[in-house]
Amino acid sequence: MVLNMGPQHPSTHGVLRILLELDGETVVKAIPDLGYLHTGIEKSCEDKTYSQVITLTDRMDYLNPLGNNLVYCLAVEKLLGLEIPKRAQYIRVMMVELQRISSHLVWLGTHAIDLGAMTVFLYCFREREEILKIFELFTGQRMMTSYIRIGGLALDPPAGWRQAVERFLKMMPSRVDEYETLLTENRIWIGRTKGVGYISAEDAVALSMTGPTLRAAGVAYDNRKVFPYSSYEEFKFDVPTRTESDCYARYLVRVAEMHESLKIIRQALDKISNEGPIKAEAPGIIPPQREKMKTEMEALIYHFKIFTEGFSPAPGEVFVTVESPRGELGCFIASDGSPKPLRVHFRGPSYINLQALPKLIEGQLISDVIACIGTIDIVLGEVDR
Amino acid sequence: MGFEIVTESSSQSTNVVAECLRSWNPKAVVEVIDFRGETTIVVPRELLRATAERCCADAKLQYNLLTDATCVDRYPAEPRFELNYHLVSIPRREKVRLRVWLGGNDPVVDSVVAVWPGANWLEREIFDLFGIRFTGHPDLRRILLPDDWEGYPLRRDYPVEGYRDVPNTGELFRKSSTP
Repeated sequence: MVLNMGPQHPSTHGVLRILLELDGETVVKAIPDLGYLHTGIEKSCEDKTYSQVITLTDRMDYLNPLGNNLVYCLAVEKLLGLEIPKRAQYIRVMMVELQRISSHLVWLGTHAIDLGAMTVFLYCFREREEILKIFELFTGQRMMTSYIRIGGLALDPPAGWRQAVERFLKMMPSRVDEYETLLTENRIWIGRTKGVGYISAEDAVALSMTGPTLRAAGVAYDNRKVFPYSSYEEFKFDVPTRTESDCYARYLVRVAEMHESLKIIRQALDKISNEGPIKAEAPGIIPPQREKMKTEMEALIYHFKIFTEGFSPAPGEVFVTVESPRGELGCFIASDGSPKPLRVHFRGPSYINLQALPKLIEGQLISDVIACIGTIDIVLGEVDR
Repeated sequence: MGFEIVTESSSQSTNVVAECLRSWNPKAVVEVIDFRGETTIVVPRELLRATAERCCADAKLQYNLLTDATCVDRYPAEPRFELNYHLVSIPRREKVRLRVWLGGNDPVVDSVVAVWPGANWLEREIFDLFGIRFTGHPDLRRILLPDDWEGYPLRRDYPVEGYRDVPNTGELFRKSSTP
């Protein structure tokens, strides 16, 4: 029997359609069908100046907008050869780590509700709300932040930001433990996740899987450690790994990652000084301060040129990768020396990890399909772009 | 398993890759480009598959993860398509980019799915959006766009609005869409 799962199915986390060939309740073959959310973001990028692309990046992986901003800005900065002030780098690290926790919270909540644990969902969204409040404080937006800009950040952190993050850091560790008391030893949870969706480390690497799914297979590949960016080499944290490579192991890895992220945020908080630049010094690329623009002729000219023409990086190609909550998020930019990129390509970890779904579910029961979709942690906005 | 990560970053210069490939087959490396610390190795089209196998299997290279594959359209220049394969060696902590140039009249290249199974959807995406055909690909179908879509949207000569005034979804819904 062939069963059509999705595109409108709550457990597909968006609009993913899977054709399931069944023998009784066992999945014989699975064919994912995607593209329902394809909006041609990469084509749109070619028609915008470098700075204008940032707002599009928010809309790909909508659970990780800051991470998307970061990878795009890092790529453009590499293309330009810009040096970013340390203070801005640390704030970036703090923000993307907060984002990682909020993304893992959405994952944990939805994964648990898919498998029948309602309470965890409510708890996770309660804490995510606190993170979104911090984002609103910093950026003025809860989700589509566009906070990380080429050359630095959009705004200086507002008054009271340190206390807000401190409050969150104080509250969060016990809350993560709370989820663990609900799930880690829960017999139903173990029954639904342990031994489900196994993939060997060799297969995971061959299928280009990255992120927690790969680390749960025992490969300690994390871009923050292997190819550090934005001063990650100055932070002390561990890369949690497991070897069982099932849904339960991936759950444990992600929960451990939340604790590691909290450690990083704590260190970042100590490193961020109260005063200091948040933007690089690069006239012609970074818009001048408003006061300067009003009083200095040169600044006014730069301001006008940046917003009418944009800036033109040297011709060449760069590929930058960062560790998003889902895995290796990459941005490839080809420049032809004009103010608009010739090509922007995003390596979405959801898209590539989803490729392994048939491998995870073939031979398993149909109820495990839901656990397996949840465990890869896909965001369809990023899969289809 | 051989996936243990070395504690300090490998100090080898990435041009070792070019040397290593040259010693295997002098024709495999057309050009080595260094830009912003990234190494690009341009490979002739006929040798892509063999070079990919070499990069993956050679004990000195060990590029076991194909992280990304993408295409750039340089229209109206010829050859217009530039295929980029981004490789990562997890044990050696190194990155490299393989590049192949393809002409607009005959955009065909060997598939690397047999070397890295993860290339499957990446090549399908390039086929879908650029119209490049991969010989030896197990399942070369459109992936993001509907099966009956006209043209290849990421080509530079494809209008942003598409070729038609009305999107061609009507036919798609009338047709049975089971593959």
